[in-house]
Amino acid sequence: MNRRLSLFNVTSLVLGFAFLYLPILLLMIYSFNASRLVTVWGGFSTQWYGALFRNQALMEAAWVTLRIALLSASMATVLGTLAALALTRYGRFTGRTLFTGMIYAPMVMPEVITGLSLLLFFVAIDLDRGFWTVTLAHTTLTMCFVTVVVQSRLMTFDRSLEEAAMDLGAPPLRTFFAVTLPLIAPSIVAGFLLAFTLSLDDLVIASFNTGPGATTLPIKIYSQVRLGLSPEINAASTILIGLVTIGVISATLISKRSVMRSQRNAH
Amino acid sequence: MKEHSLTKRLSSALVPAVPYLWLGVFFLVPFLIVLKISLSDTAVAQPPYRPVFEWSDIAAFFSGLDLENFALLAEDDLYLRATLSSVRIAAISTVLLLLVGFPIAYGMARAPERHRSLLVALVILPFWTSFLIRIYAWIAILKPEGLLTQALMGLGLTSDPIEILNTEWAVYIGIVYAYLPFMVLPLYATLEKMDDTLLEAALDLGSTPWRSFWTITVPLAMPGIIAGSLLCFIPAVGEFVIPDLLGGSETLMIGRQLWSEFFSNRDWPLASAVAILLLIILVIPIVIYRDVEARRVETRP
Amino acid sequence: MRRTFAPWTDPDAKPLIRFENVTKRFGDAMAVDHLSLDIFQGEFFCLLGPSGCGKTTLMRMLAGFEMPTEGRITLAGQDLSGVPPYRRPVNMMFQSYALFPHMSVEKNIAFGLKQDGMPKAEIADRVGEMLRLVQLEKLAKRYPSQLSGGQRQRVALARALAKKPKVLLLDEPLGALDKKLREETQFELMDIQHELGMTFVVVTHDQEEAMTMADRIAVMDHGRIVQVADPGEIYEQPKTRFIAEFVGDVNILEGHVMGQESGLWRVKTASAEVPLTIDDPDEVLHSGQAVAIAVRPEKMTIQREKPGPEAVNVLTGEVWDIGYLGDWTVYRVRLATGEILRVTRANVSRFVESPIDWDEQVYITFAPGAAVILAE
Repeated sequence: MNRRLSLFNVTSLVLGFAFLYLPILLLMIYSFNASRLVTVWGGFSTQWYGALFRNQALMEAAWVTLRIALLSASMATVLGTLAALALTRYGRFTGRTLFTGMIYAPMVMPEVITGLSLLLFFVAIDLDRGFWTVTLAHTTLTMCFVTVVVQSRLMTFDRSLEEAAMDLGAPPLRTFFAVTLPLIAPSIVAGFLLAFTLSLDDLVIASFNTGPGATTLPIKIYSQVRLGLSPEINAASTILIGLVTIGVISATLISKRSVMRSQRNAH
Repeated sequence: MKEHSLTKRLSSALVPAVPYLWLGVFFLVPFLIVLKISLSDTAVAQPPYRPVFEWSDIAAFFSGLDLENFALLAEDDLYLRATLSSVRIAAISTVLLLLVGFPIAYGMARAPERHRSLLVALVILPFWTSFLIRIYAWIAILKPEGLLTQALMGLGLTSDPIEILNTEWAVYIGIVYAYLPFMVLPLYATLEKMDDTLLEAALDLGSTPWRSFWTITVPLAMPGIIAGSLLCFIPAVGEFVIPDLLGGSETLMIGRQLWSEFFSNRDWPLASAVAILLLIILVIPIVIYRDVEARRVETRP
Repeated sequence: MRRTFAPWTDPDAKPLIRFENVTKRFGDAMAVDHLSLDIFQGEFFCLLGPSGCGKTTLMRMLAGFEMPTEGRITLAGQDLSGVPPYRRPVNMMFQSYALFPHMSVEKNIAFGLKQDGMPKAEIADRVGEMLRLVQLEKLAKRYPSQLSGGQRQRVALARALAKKPKVLLLDEPLGALDKKLREETQFELMDIQHELGMTFVVVTHDQEEAMTMADRIAVMDHGRIVQVADPGEIYEQPKTRFIAEFVGDVNILEGHVMGQESGLWRVKTASAEVPLTIDDPDEVLHSGQAVAIAVRPEKMTIQREKPGPEAVNVLTGEVWDIGYLGDWTVYRVRLATGEILRVTRANVSRFVESPIDWDEQVYITFAPGAAVILAE
């Protein structure tokens, strides 16, 4: 109750956050650089944003990435929520240890392994690589993250609410849709957003599993970065960061409001 | 809640069955295939691609297995050096992450309660922005005539451009930067839960603040320290993007090796063997992590 | 034997702990307000008051977790200003016990001794001694999570006692225990304090706890001490209406002083037809002054029959509620003014012929010496 911030605490927070944010800030500032040289300031200009939108290949990659992310995040949300329910509500079913292992392993395993193994699998079953293989790969990876997010909410869930619903005559399935689902909805939304971002962001797994016509934005950016710095990439990054920031802030506000509303209802 | 009707039991069995099957097909089976290919002859899986799984001939499947690829890994000390170097770089990065992350997490846990959720959001926010972009941002900073050199020269601290990009130091900076949220959040979670009166009790019993930190705070933060360290160490060992973009050509890392075996040399069996090797190195930390994490989630109040 | 212990009545006695005009502010909030207090060696001293009265802050200043904004605290003549908690010969038993969850019972008790650099063998002896004192020898290797609430409380006590502090501070020591255990532990704490001859300062909001254990009680309200006295005096001679109401149950009758007759005060109230007669000679009052008369429920008698003309202090009302508690019966009686009085009667006999019933007309009387006059 009497926690106090010492000078040391404040200093480490300030330095820590400066370390986290300064590189991103510099990147964004230099996207407005008139000079082609990324590290030399040549005056303010928005020309790279124009160039970016005229870059057909980049725009196409962005569109593909978005579609993959939406689709894989939706599937991952359904699968992850089911997995979270299985882990919290089904007690000790057969093969539970293997199941939790398969949930936690992809989250920490180096992406190169996941990417390679999925590719070899797709080759083995003779599935042409492209849009669908990347989507399936992303679904598999991100459903594990959704599981953990939803599971942690289900752990703190007051079971007596469900019992009350059933006591009042709601059968299990209706109880789930009328009571459980609305209450865990914020965590499901959070899981979806997490899955969506991870898919947008992924380079390694997509590189292994992509095929003709399914070049994602990270793959495109990566190949350009390898050739050297380009202000166009700065501009693209700035737009992405801006979108993500707006998304995260609005998601936070929505969940905060829903938390406040549920608290108000609780009292 | 007892249901005896068969349809209901079946429908409730679907809940675990669907994700279970999915992971079985898209995680476990691919894994076994990697293992199989790592044990097969180079020629079999060499592009042009053809399915290597011959369901009909199981005997041939087993007789075709050999350890040639692993023998190759053992012969060429490139792989051994890459492995050792990966583990070393990941270990040093993890220590650096602890040193950088602990003071931040501690400061967050000590901050007034009304500010804490904002601080957590600020730590998470960079994580939501692209990993690739965040690493890219450092290239401009660490380049020989980059922003860091410019800043230091402007302050008169150095007159020569400093060489950080394409060295191991750049890799450390990149890993610490990219993985910092994964270290800070588990640490913060344990530190925030810690009962302050325990520290007061230690002070009251004659322990100085510095000693109390080591005898009380650190042992009680151990679950967070372990979770955070594993969460950083494991993927760092197999990291590809950071050494590729920030490290020089002499920065050896196993993930990068796997990538080049696969994409440049097109030797899939050897790439699979490298993947298996990487997995063997990581299997113990991954199992520990799974245990720690499963326990942490399931014992949460 | 304990009664003869009263160093505070001796003008030459040197106090062990001295608060001199101590003030503590948190921002704008005044937690402790120009407070002075002496506590003597060997005392079992209780700080009693409602939550937020400043008692915990006072104790934390003694332990060194808070520093006074103004004034100073001395311990055995030594000024404690600027002395950090880990250099003070004072130990504390925390309300939450604050047992280190990653250390066994033994290690918890040894913790303080280790900080002093005591040799290992000596530590082991001392830990053994402490475990015997609190009767936990068998649980030395256990961890706090494996102990019951009562056992944890004992470990916390043993840990705080191990360093033989000059003063032991106890923050709501019995708050987390259930009722039966609480009573037992009260007496145990008293025995241990007596055996060690140590000075105990207890913070509590539970007046029963304070009454049972303390040599002296300081009742606090809004950062000030309202009264310091032994438990009997606090109960029978409360200085203010706040104390009378906070410590035990009390009936308050408001009125005006009419004057003094042969040493007894006459007070006119709306509650009784005849002015009340009160024997409280120490009060200095003047005619017409507004006062409150405080009478404890057990000092009133309730009866169905109208008392004779010689009776003083007679109130009439009807029975509103009856609560049977086994040892006592509580009657809530409603007067014509609408005031509700609480009267208790000891159930001395198992059978009562025609007991007083609900809605019955009853008479309440009390002796002049049963009441206290409190200036408003």
